[in-house]
Amino acid sequence: MRILVCVKRVPAPGARINITADGQAVDTAFLGFTVSPHEECAVEAAVQLVEQHGGEVTVLTLGPAEAEEQLRTAVSVGAAKAVLVPIDASDWDPQRTARAIATVVGAIEAQDGAFDLVLFGNESADSCGYQVGIRAALSLGRPMVNGAKGLEIEDGHAVVKREADAGIERYRLPMPAAVGVKEGINLPRYPTMKGRLASKKAEVVRTEAQAGEGGLRMVQLQRPPERVSNVQIIGTGPEAAPAVVDLLVELGVMS
Amino acid sequence: MSEFPTRAKCVVIGAGIVGNCLVGHLSKLGWTDMVLIDKGPLPNPGGSTGHASNFIFPTDHNKEMALLTLASQQQYVEHGMNNTCGGIEVARTPERLEEFNRRMTSAKSWGIDARLLTPAQVKELVPFINEKIVLGGFYTPSVSVVDSLQTGTLMRESAVKAGHLKVFANTEVTGMEVENGTIKAVTTTKGRIEAEYVVIACGVWSPRIAEMAGATIPLTPAVHQMADVGPIDILQKSNAEVAYPIIRDMDTFCYERQTAGSMEVGSYAHRAIFMHPDDIPSNEESALSPTELPLTQDDFDPQMEQAIELMEMLGDAEIKYAINGLLSLTPDAMPVLGETVEVRNLWSAAAVWIKEGPGIAQLVAEWMTHGYPHLCDPHSSDISRFYAHERTEHHIYARCDEHFNKTYGIVHPREQWASQRDMRRSPFWPREKELGATFFDARGWERPQWFASNEHLTKKFPEACAPREHEWDARWWSPITNAEHLQMRESVGMVDLTAFNEFDFTGPGAMAFLQYVCVNNVDVPVGRSVYTPLLTPGGGFRGDLTIMRLAADHFRVITGAFDGGRDKYWFTRHMPTDGSVTFTDMSSSLCTIGVWGPNAEKTMAKAVRNLDAEKRLVPTDVSQAAFPYGSVREVLIDGVPCWMFRISYVGENGWEVYTKMEHGLRLWDSIAEAGREFGIIPVGMGVYAVTGRIEKGYRLMGAELESEYTPVEAGLARPKVKSADFIGKAAYLKARDEKPVTTMCTLEILDHRNAKGMKRFPTGGNEPILTKDGQRIVDAKGRVSRVTTAGAAPSLGTYLLMAYLPPEHAVEGNELRVMYMNELFPVRVARVGSTPLFDPTDARMKS
Repeated sequence: MRILVCVKRVPAPGARINITADGQAVDTAFLGFTVSPHEECAVEAAVQLVEQHGGEVTVLTLGPAEAEEQLRTAVSVGAAKAVLVPIDASDWDPQRTARAIATVVGAIEAQDGAFDLVLFGNESADSCGYQVGIRAALSLGRPMVNGAKGLEIEDGHAVVKREADAGIERYRLPMPAAVGVKEGINLPRYPTMKGRLASKKAEVVRTEAQAGEGGLRMVQLQRPPERVSNVQIIGTGPEAAPAVVDLLVELGVMS
Repeated sequence: MSEFPTRAKCVVIGAGIVGNCLVGHLSKLGWTDMVLIDKGPLPNPGGSTGHASNFIFPTDHNKEMALLTLASQQQYVEHGMNNTCGGIEVARTPERLEEFNRRMTSAKSWGIDARLLTPAQVKELVPFINEKIVLGGFYTPSVSVVDSLQTGTLMRESAVKAGHLKVFANTEVTGMEVENGTIKAVTTTKGRIEAEYVVIACGVWSPRIAEMAGATIPLTPAVHQMADVGPIDILQKSNAEVAYPIIRDMDTFCYERQTAGSMEVGSYAHRAIFMHPDDIPSNEESALSPTELPLTQDDFDPQMEQAIELMEMLGDAEIKYAINGLLSLTPDAMPVLGETVEVRNLWSAAAVWIKEGPGIAQLVAEWMTHGYPHLCDPHSSDISRFYAHERTEHHIYARCDEHFNKTYGIVHPREQWASQRDMRRSPFWPREKELGATFFDARGWERPQWFASNEHLTKKFPEACAPREHEWDARWWSPITNAEHLQMRESVGMVDLTAFNEFDFTGPGAMAFLQYVCVNNVDVPVGRSVYTPLLTPGGGFRGDLTIMRLAADHFRVITGAFDGGRDKYWFTRHMPTDGSVTFTDMSSSLCTIGVWGPNAEKTMAKAVRNLDAEKRLVPTDVSQAAFPYGSVREVLIDGVPCWMFRISYVGENGWEVYTKMEHGLRLWDSIAEAGREFGIIPVGMGVYAVTGRIEKGYRLMGAELESEYTPVEAGLARPKVKSADFIGKAAYLKARDEKPVTTMCTLEILDHRNAKGMKRFPTGGNEPILTKDGQRIVDAKGRVSRVTTAGAAPSLGTYLLMAYLPPEHAVEGNELRVMYMNELFPVRVARVGSTPLFDPTDARMKS
């Protein structure tokens, strides 16, 4: 099997994200970088499929030169090949990104043969557009299911499960196909030390892509107002007991 | 939660291991009105304590650090937070195996059980190690993993429970108020609080907080990389937090420490990575914590390769957690403790690691309570040790960059810094350079240690100048020193002493003030001098220096380069504030040449030409009769106004000659010219500080003289005690009444040959003095007998060691042993007390 996974370099979650004074970018001074959590799972899903069925995983990103770090992380957990589509520092909009990815995928496939599966994350962790995967799949003319919480190969088909209000939806896609993977589908492995060291030696292929302008323009970034905690500490240890009793009485639980 | 108070006796900033333990200790010492604040949440506010690897290897070559670490480990034990697992330092190189012998020696000094292991024995204890690349191990069974967060919490809560402490987390310092040079208040996000004392225990943030008050705490936050890898079968099966000894892979500067089912790999091998305290993210801006920054992977990769080489199982383990952890580094790798020199009652307890945290907290608490610590002398941690240039970021970065990779390094006791050299040059430097001086660093001063121009003299004294057989003993040493020594004792030598500090005290209150600070009577006639210790309130040594009386109300203190900062602080801290005393630091205004030897008098008689009543330049009588020992005179040398001070630290007739810096080169040339016909040579500090000194049994502050010892024990108590009161007087009187439980002795090595027949020469780095059957010697107050100074005594044809010995061993002729590099050498007590071995009556100096 030949599987391509598209990933995006995004600031590592967990910290407050600061925005630069001009409101045009994220202030990355204190931030580490990672791939979006959905895409981590997509890489893991791809690696597991190849472990079961043979083949190889290629990982692709459209991003700055530093995004090589994320490609190598994917290699360190089992991807065999890495492709960087370099762009300048500013983010490309989903339309333009999808067009570029489709172009590059087309070029790779023309040379090496088609990918059986092209995996995306359900959405990127930073801009959350939910668009790149579906647009790229459309350009490539492949069926796509988003929100995948299960992915298996059966009789030359990709079987995808996703959660819906009513229960579990199950799709059977002829391959080549595209799938948008959602966090929770698996527990992605961490790189091992050996994997990390091996990934340093991996070649990262750079492929330029001309994709024209996209239709979306970022006006300004704003931080949402901080959530104010409503937690009120009424005491600690045994001394807190009377206050707890008062509160329970007030709530009508005790009298 | 209680209201934020507006006043407290003491505010401690920082609830890490140091701040927490400090309030606990202060509470025990009777401090009842304290407030502890931290900008982060409790119990883990986000400083270095929260991510520390928390293990303790107790052996250290440095006495202060060893005692503080042992005291800390004891406190962790008392709190039930010390998990003993053992630890093995492994060697990959023969040099490291040799270093292990030195570590065995230091372990013996401090009473730490330690043993050397073969690779097979290492493998027995740590079955997953690749013993094929290991040459041997240094095993310490008492190595432990501690819970620093919980210990800190218990200490803090003990103070709260006692009603002595209020704690405010999530409270950030926004400013410090200083009034008349004294700390007045701290402003915080919760409000303003006035305090008599404020302690900065903020780890990596300390410089930033100090700066708010206009004070300096010279440290830099620096990265220490660590990664947690796992799960690993054998570790999981151990079913314990830490079942296997911690491994320090000394030659790759890494460690491997089990944390339950995984292994933590830490490194001091990567490039030094510094961060400015202002650039550390806030708690909110940090994914993990402010001191757990994203790993810069490229820096860590080489260490992973080495770790896998040592423990193959690590290669397949997943990297679950990896950080650029922040810790504090200082220019000399020692903590920064004590009252800041800039702001009264503003204290620093910073640059402290987990292993020494509780001990240091105790030490600082004692210091704040008693005026000086009891636990041990904080000589090398004292914040006042730093000179102005040593407080700059430039210096901090340069020195930390140099020593970071020596964290697990093999550092020779005489090792010289490579960075930040040529910071301070004496005016004689150009001549010294021409004479082929090898310069050693003395707190920024470039001082000649020996001169290549004297190399030919080694042939004149072949026996004394035999090369040392072992490279370690010969490192940072030259046989030329012994040649300079013997030549000086035959003719005359000149020594550059410009690194001295000179402090002038003038004004109507000068004498009374100095009487209060000094032990000996400073009320000597004008033109005379006095040697005196300075004591701590507890009666131990705080300083050791000489004072000249230049006029009725003008005194000049002379002290050494290594204690200048500390002495300046001590004097100015106790100086009256009523304007009756004026202090002037003359250190950068004056240069000094020592001129000593049998021909010194002839040399100076020729050099000195004073004006007589008719304003004619005439010779001056510099004989002992006209210019007795201990006196100081203003003279002209080749027209240059100088002070000549008849004194000696090398046991020869002669003077220290002082003049203004700008006259220095002319003075040097004039004395060299005058001494030419008498065989004058330049002499380095190798003679002044070691060989000349040790033959005379002269004690040195920071070596023989420490706050743990009294003048009585050091043999420096004068027959009478002056009537005036002085700091430490009560304790001093008490010590004089008691029979000392230890006495400073000089010992000589009887046989230098080791088991292989090679001659060894102890470097003087706390090597233990042992009984003939190899037992440690500890006095009634728990102090161990160890070498404080070691050096050749060329004029006596022997090699001497200085050490304190309890009365039963302090018997001249008594034979003992010294351990050096894990071997025992026979020594004999040559002198008990301060009577010099060379020229015991001081005839050469005084007649």
